[in-house]
Amino acid sequence: MSSNTASSSAGSGDSSAARKNSKRPKYSKFTQQELPACKPILTPGWVISTFLIVSVIFIPLGVISLFASQDVVEIVDRYDNDCIPAPARTNKVAFIQGDSPKACNRTLTVTKRMKQPIYVYYQLDNFYQNHRRYVKSRSDSQLRSPKFENQISACKPEDDVGGQPIVPCGLIAWSLFNDTYTLSRNNTPLAVNKKGIAWKSDKEHKFGNKVFPKNFQKGNLTGGATLNPDIPLSEQEDLIVWMRTAALPTFRKLYGKIETDLENGDTIQVTLQNNYNTYSFSGKKKLVLSTTSWLGGKNDFLGIAYLTVGGICFFLALAFTIMYLVKPRRLGDPSYLSWNRNPGGGR
Amino acid sequence: MAGERNRNKGMRLSKLYSFKCLKPFSKEDHHSQIGSRGYSRVVFCNDPDNPEALNLNYRGNYVSTTKYTAANFVPKSLFEQFRRVANIYFLVVAFVSFSPLAPYTAPSVLAPLLFVIGATMVKEGVEDLRRRRQDVEANNRRVLVFGKNEGTFGETKWKNLRVGDVVKVHKDEYFPADLLLLSSSYEDGVCYVETMNLDGETNLKLKHALEITSESDYDQEEFRGGVIKCEDPNEHLYSFVGTLHYKGQQYPLSPQQILLRDSKLRNTDYIYGVVVFTGHDTKVMQNATDPPSKRSKIERKMDKIVYVLFSILIVIAFTGSVFFGIITRRDVTDDGKKLRRWYVRPDVTSVFYDPHRAVLASFFHFLTALMLYGYLIPISLYVSIEVVKVLQSVFINQDQEMYHEETDRPARARTSNLNEELGQVDTILSDKTGTLTCNSMEFVKCSIGGTAYGRGMTEVEVALRKQKGVMTPQEEIKESSTKSVKGFNFWDERIVNGRWIDQPNAELIQKFFRVLAICHTAIPDVDGETGEISYEAESPDEAAFVIASRELGFEFFARSQSNISLHEIDHVTGEKVDRVYELLHVLEFSSSRKRMSVIVRNPENRLLLLSKGADSVMFERLAKHGRQFERETKEHIKRYAEAGLRTLVITYREVDEEEYRIWEEEFLNAKTLVTEDRDALIDAAADKIEKDLILLGSTAVEDKLQKGVPDCIEKLSQAGVKIWVLTGDKTETAINIGYACSLLREGMKKILITLDSPDIETLEKQGDKDAVAKASFQSIKKQLREGMSQTAAAAATNDPANENVQMFGLVIDGKSLTFALDKKLEKEFLELTSRCSSVICCRSSPKQKALVTRLVKSGTGRTTLAIGDGANDVGMLQEADIGVGISGAEGMQAVMASDFAIAQFRFLERLLLVHGHWCYRRIAMMICYFFYKNLAFGFTLFWYEAYASFSGKPAYNDWYMSCYNVFFTSLPVIALGVFDQDVSARLCLKYPLLYQEGVQNILFSWERILGWMSNGIISSMIVFFLTIHTLDSQAFRKDGQVADYSVLGVTMYSSVVWTVNCQMAISINYFTWIQHCFIWGSIGFWYLFLVVYGSLPPTFSTTAFQVFVETSAPSPICWLTLVLVTFSALLPYFTYRAFQIKFRPMYHDIIVEQRRTERPESGTRTTSIVSGELPVQVEFTLHHLKANLSRRDSWN
Repeated sequence: MSSNTASSSAGSGDSSAARKNSKRPKYSKFTQQELPACKPILTPGWVISTFLIVSVIFIPLGVISLFASQDVVEIVDRYDNDCIPAPARTNKVAFIQGDSPKACNRTLTVTKRMKQPIYVYYQLDNFYQNHRRYVKSRSDSQLRSPKFENQISACKPEDDVGGQPIVPCGLIAWSLFNDTYTLSRNNTPLAVNKKGIAWKSDKEHKFGNKVFPKNFQKGNLTGGATLNPDIPLSEQEDLIVWMRTAALPTFRKLYGKIETDLENGDTIQVTLQNNYNTYSFSGKKKLVLSTTSWLGGKNDFLGIAYLTVGGICFFLALAFTIMYLVKPRRLGDPSYLSWNRNPGGGR
Repeated sequence: MAGERNRNKGMRLSKLYSFKCLKPFSKEDHHSQIGSRGYSRVVFCNDPDNPEALNLNYRGNYVSTTKYTAANFVPKSLFEQFRRVANIYFLVVAFVSFSPLAPYTAPSVLAPLLFVIGATMVKEGVEDLRRRRQDVEANNRRVLVFGKNEGTFGETKWKNLRVGDVVKVHKDEYFPADLLLLSSSYEDGVCYVETMNLDGETNLKLKHALEITSESDYDQEEFRGGVIKCEDPNEHLYSFVGTLHYKGQQYPLSPQQILLRDSKLRNTDYIYGVVVFTGHDTKVMQNATDPPSKRSKIERKMDKIVYVLFSILIVIAFTGSVFFGIITRRDVTDDGKKLRRWYVRPDVTSVFYDPHRAVLASFFHFLTALMLYGYLIPISLYVSIEVVKVLQSVFINQDQEMYHEETDRPARARTSNLNEELGQVDTILSDKTGTLTCNSMEFVKCSIGGTAYGRGMTEVEVALRKQKGVMTPQEEIKESSTKSVKGFNFWDERIVNGRWIDQPNAELIQKFFRVLAICHTAIPDVDGETGEISYEAESPDEAAFVIASRELGFEFFARSQSNISLHEIDHVTGEKVDRVYELLHVLEFSSSRKRMSVIVRNPENRLLLLSKGADSVMFERLAKHGRQFERETKEHIKRYAEAGLRTLVITYREVDEEEYRIWEEEFLNAKTLVTEDRDALIDAAADKIEKDLILLGSTAVEDKLQKGVPDCIEKLSQAGVKIWVLTGDKTETAINIGYACSLLREGMKKILITLDSPDIETLEKQGDKDAVAKASFQSIKKQLREGMSQTAAAAATNDPANENVQMFGLVIDGKSLTFALDKKLEKEFLELTSRCSSVICCRSSPKQKALVTRLVKSGTGRTTLAIGDGANDVGMLQEADIGVGISGAEGMQAVMASDFAIAQFRFLERLLLVHGHWCYRRIAMMICYFFYKNLAFGFTLFWYEAYASFSGKPAYNDWYMSCYNVFFTSLPVIALGVFDQDVSARLCLKYPLLYQEGVQNILFSWERILGWMSNGIISSMIVFFLTIHTLDSQAFRKDGQVADYSVLGVTMYSSVVWTVNCQMAISINYFTWIQHCFIWGSIGFWYLFLVVYGSLPPTFSTTAFQVFVETSAPSPICWLTLVLVTFSALLPYFTYRAFQIKFRPMYHDIIVEQRRTERPESGTRTTSIVSGELPVQVEFTLHHLKANLSRRDSWN
């Protein structure tokens, strides 16, 4: 302590020493806080042109997005209600859990030419794949490698059967969607390609090709689909798609691809097995056939949003222009100072 | 021996008492004797191995100033950290995160907390390590100690010193402990000491050894058998009470014999001393207390905001829990027969999701939610603010404009946590001497025998004349500066250059300057080569006197303990002769005595008492026959005081031997007393001889105004800052200085409150203290009332639109202040002062200064800044919200107690108007932005929760979230806090009014804070709802893939990162490459992170695996969403700003605009026109503002 103060004070005490190592701060634009800078200020010109530029960019973008969305042809068929025989509709849950046959026929009409590939989705509603308990109930290491077969601690209660680990374990896999669709056009079967519907990275890195289903759906309560124990997980694309959990309670998942064009007026017969229980939580089930544009599926929201924001900006630009014209304020006019607004008026 | 032992026992017991329960009482016990409580120390000189000495077990000389030790660093610094509410919250969260309650993984919670805590701990550790290194260095210094066995002096380390050791210290070495001076290389046992490390005073102090010990050379002869009994360790640097028992005699000890640790031996070859206090018992270590810790208003408000955020957090967590409870309860119906959401297996579940115990489940969910929404509380806020403040201080320290060339002192921010408070100062309380003035005294005038000498003009006189419109004849000033000697600005052809001997009153003049040359405590320093003499004096006044007498022919050139030698011009022969005066006693100056005297025997063997002092105490001590020139002298003193000069009355008297003998005995008796009231007794004794004095005249010394003070004060008052001057000076002097530094102006109405009225004086003479107090109280009350009615009348007649607002200046003297600060009157006093634009308190004591400061601080609730340079300002500096010390000539105490140190008063302008304004703005904006960004982020989590049936699933990957505050958004905020500036320094100074933004706290008002918070919530809504609707259930790419949890998370998170960083970009005012770097760098870093983290194996990266490269980046809709969301989220703020600038522009907006509109014209028009035009506008504004301000103050 003493040494420090001594050395610092010695400099100021002795003037000749001070000359040599002066404490004068070194000059640099940085230390003197004089770095060249641009200071954006909101002059009327800037305000109006910013709004204008945004609207000029956004409105065309909105139009393009809308067009892209309009290009997409989409057939949506809700079947959860209709596929229950009328007498059973008073207790749908009992029906779906019962043993009665679940087959159901639907007919879809193509109203506009659909170019291949046409994607087949199933859409579930009010299904919380993002429920915390549900999301956590999986074992990534177990999916990847047979070595980690026993890492099932996160999977409760679908972790083991009689001490034997379930592969794939956990609620997600257990509740695998099990409705099936068979499509035919004008009475000729329509091939639905179920390969290549999963993400490549999932197939290659998340789901091991040496991991085979074990003890799956052997518990006292069967959830959803069963898996062929002879096919490795990396080839079980339905499972892979299902296990890529959805973010929101309404979601679609890829079922397959139709690789032929569908013409306007074609009728498509769907024979579906209505197995999956969404009735107990009153969730809807839909079958969706959709083409894609460069922007993806059919959704006007993006285009409308762009148009709206662009419109608002245009309106604001207009409003500000009028305001500046009607009631101009001289720039830098001190009479506008905030605590000087009402001369004479007290507060 | 038995008696000795008994006493020891008693002492030990009392020592215990004094350290424990009875400590408070020991202070009051003034009459306690050596050996009793508080005075129990016994030092066996040169005998530290004495069993009794060992029994006492005094501490060693090892010194540790570190806050931590290696052992306690971790727990202690952790404890310090977790005294903050926010940190405790995060700690609890971190613990809970290991339980299944956690919405995310434990490491992702722990990592940022550890980072933040770790960063702070490293900072603490580094600081402490530095302290430790200094300690080690100090502890290992070498000193010569007498070894009893060897019989000679041998080297040892400082830390091995023990109480009672005899040491030898050489020239320019530091004293290793508090020593008793035994003898020195000088025969008479004096030595010179520099105490810069203790009090910052650079002048040398003279110390005397006792005569009995000073005669021996302890290299030859061992010092044996001495026992010192003295006071216990205490922090009073300038007192020491003790006795030396030596050779069967008792010798009183005083501070004169004590050499304090950390002071330095100068001008003396070596000394011998006995160690009295070691290590932490030394006075310097006892003094090392931490200054009171101050927190800025903004920080205190910030705590409140954190509480607001906590309540928001609790409210939304609670809301979520209620919904979660309801939904969970419904998962099982019909007594467990029907499962609603069968896929989460509500039938086989843990307590956290159990529909049968839904209340409990929702309680646990509440805990989960508290953790999940923890992002509302910015974990990094405190750390960021600390970093920012340290960097801001660096800028303050580095400012060249605040560097003072002559003293080689830059400005120093000693505490960094008050930077922004500098921008909010409402009242400045300033000391006068050394703060407004240079405190370099110049001898300018004197009055000798009723004749006034000295033709120089003081600055105050110049200012006064200027105000009256009289131009000063230039030559008059010119003439006076023919010869430039520091401290001497005197010109009078009648007496300079030895011409005084021709004056009729030459004898008086001779006596007068002899007093000046002898009656002082200065030390001459003769330059070996040139023979020039300079002086080391305790006060600049004294130096000025000795210099003046030297210049006029009474050159003081040597001092020993008992003699003072002068070269004199004999007034009869005119020849130079050397005269030696035997110095018998020095009756020292003290603030209560207000005088000093010396008793000398002149070469003619006559005893003389030479005395100088303040007029208030000196005139009453004059002899009947000594009042010959009283009237004239008083007249001159009055005139000098009006000219802002400091005056002292010079007197002398001859003392006859008999009187002296009797007095000396009494005086020495008093001196040998060892009780605490010894000083009072000495004063009383001194009082007895300082009487019947003969008046010689008076001196007038100018205390020069510092450079730029009037301008600075003008600027500060333009900025709406009130300035009070608290000074110990006389009323007239203070008023004149007030005028000189434009604190008082022509046309300002002066309200003078004083007790110098005849009736009170008569009462005082009667000596009835109660009556005086009562009358004084009434008088002050009356005067305050009158002042109030005056100001009220002025306020009533002042038309607010009228520009000529009547301004008031209040002047109050110390005596009146005592009553005005009374509980019953302080409210009225405060009210009156708030109506006055400047206030001067004269003749105020240090304590009153502190009291006034406290009154202003607590009474108005506004920020006060105290500025001072001397030890007498310390109280004031510590009391005020901000203490600014002037690192000038008068020592370092003020600087040590201050929060900021500047070399000159005028730097205050820049410190406040530029740095204060900037720092305030930066911190305010930074905190607002912090809350904005955390709300914008945190609320997206909440909205997502609502779409995940409130189950507690965060929308993003764990690591995205934990990096949010630390990596993706922190640097731009820090850049904002460190670099942002609304207008340049030049403009800050040009438009001082801008400062009101801080004083009125516009940038950190609740409106603004809540505004930013709602902006954050709106942004979060825009981000969330736009994103989920564009990335609805449809395919989001050409290949038909749909957006899943990970894609939505990444898109939304990118939108948040873009939004908050772009929000920063449009809300800052100052864009340099640094800002560009940080803002765009943060966004870039997010993508980099995404790529790197996404390429880790999926067991680590989980939902982030390959998500950017494979899924999001190739999808145009993700990018389009990003653009849409970012622009939309910024739109509300941008529109608001556009409207605000249009309809309610802020000051800096206008000023920036002014500069903008000006710039293109400045090329064509001459700058003089431009600059001539603006001030008119500004002045106009100023008038209005002032009017509004005064109205606001008076109506509050």
